[in-house]
Amino acid sequence: MRKPLLLKIFLAAVLLLGNSSFANVKEAASDEPKKDLKTEIKEYISHHLQDSHDFSLFSYTNDAGEHVYVGSPLPVILWDNGLKIFSSSKFHHGETLAEVDGNYYKLYHSKIYKTDAEGTINYDGEHHPTNVKPLDFSITKSVVMMMVTGLLLLWLFSSLAKSYVKNNSVPTGIGRFFEPIVLYIRDDIAIANIGEKKYKRYMPFLLTVFFFIWFLNMFGLTPLGVNVTGNIAVTTALAVIVFLITNFTGTKDYWKHIFDPLGDGMPWYGKLIIYIILVPIEILGLFIKPFALLIRLYANMTAGHVVLMSLIGLIFIFKSWIGGPLSFGLSFAITLIEVLVALLQAYIFTMLAALYFGFASEEHDHGHEEDAELVHL
Amino acid sequence: MEKLVNDFSFGLFFWQIILFVLLLLLLRKFAWKPILNAVNDREDGIKDALAAAENAKKEMQNVTADSEKLLKEARAEREAMLKEAREIKDKMISDSKEQAKIEGDKMIKQAQAAIESEKKSAVADIKNQVAELSIDIAEKVIKEQLANKDKQLKLVDDMLGDIKLN
Repeated sequence: MRKPLLLKIFLAAVLLLGNSSFANVKEAASDEPKKDLKTEIKEYISHHLQDSHDFSLFSYTNDAGEHVYVGSPLPVILWDNGLKIFSSSKFHHGETLAEVDGNYYKLYHSKIYKTDAEGTINYDGEHHPTNVKPLDFSITKSVVMMMVTGLLLLWLFSSLAKSYVKNNSVPTGIGRFFEPIVLYIRDDIAIANIGEKKYKRYMPFLLTVFFFIWFLNMFGLTPLGVNVTGNIAVTTALAVIVFLITNFTGTKDYWKHIFDPLGDGMPWYGKLIIYIILVPIEILGLFIKPFALLIRLYANMTAGHVVLMSLIGLIFIFKSWIGGPLSFGLSFAITLIEVLVALLQAYIFTMLAALYFGFASEEHDHGHEEDAELVHL
Repeated sequence: MEKLVNDFSFGLFFWQIILFVLLLLLLRKFAWKPILNAVNDREDGIKDALAAAENAKKEMQNVTADSEKLLKEARAEREAMLKEAREIKDKMISDSKEQAKIEGDKMIKQAQAAIESEKKSAVADIKNQVAELSIDIAEKVIKEQLANKDKQLKLVDDMLGDIKLN
């Protein structure tokens, strides 16, 4: 298993070196049409990274010069002085205004803005729209993917649970693949970080978050092209849940560690000076931990998508017998690495969440500490 | 950072929280609890089975030890019985030998006594016969001697002379 992977990485490196030299040649060769293609690809990538209000699989330009989208529209739910629900087909992929109850809405860079009847968008000095953004609770592509993933997980694992009942606690079929993962999360993530006594309370969350992130990461690599875990709102939501669980299950020792980290090791007047610095740092740490979680997952998945799509874009830029296959090989290698990253990021998120839960649910054995001190004396 | 804040969609955040919590609760009820329970039960079962096997092994060892002990006892008992039987046999033989000897001695003694008495009676018989014979002889002799007077007288004289000697 290890050897082929190394080989692939080596191959990827060779291709990368070869690529850069070929790229120079190509750039010199064709100058005019490439610029358009480049910006198009760039826009396409940034568009892909964002959530969208319709589930389009692909689009093309027909003979009449019209963009044709293949996919289905999704419901748009807005809160703008009352609930407004309409289909995203009204936007025609951002080409037209949607008129609902006398209000006009425009889709601009995957965001919905309230406009006047002409659809004018006012910009500020840095080219940011200044129009009113109604609260958008739309069932977007990401929400649909989360629902699909949720249903998939529910179906997969409830059938696994049923197969246990049926087969006298012996997994069958796909369960043979998932059971070791479940056991790994239990033994090497939950028990290792939280401890034998309290891990059971956190198991449902850890298992759910692991499989949820993993599956969504894997879906992100499919041609469906959904970038759910690379969306800052999604990772924020996950991190907020981790934050809430950590602090609501925190023990007395956990809070004592934050507000009185030195304990009885120092007289109060000594603590006073140090705590002015120490306690704010500890409190800051409470927020930094989940923040690091959300940024890590977001950045990794977004970066993966950007790299992968850029490499695929290169195939169209090169348009040659040498550059094309080379970029294809490279993007293939990166895809394999991304499959690994998909698993790795799910693992890291789960692992760190378990670590934080471990801190929160830790109970110091005070009697033991005193014994240790006596020994020390 | 500004881009991140700009990208942040509250709607998606809202749905993510709702969906995730819902998924968590549903999975907990329908998947994780049954799965973890089943796995735990299975592990406990395996642990129990191993312990049972260990116990059975120990018991087997005990049984083997017991049976060996029994075998040893039985063997010892057999030895003892054989020894006893041999002793009884020896004793019986020696006893019967002694008895036979006593009996034999007794018979010999009886035979000897019988022989003695036979001998005595035979001697007595012989004596009687000798006495009779002698009397007969004496009679004949006397008759002869007493056929004439001289001789009678002489005999008387002799006899008288004997008496005197006595």
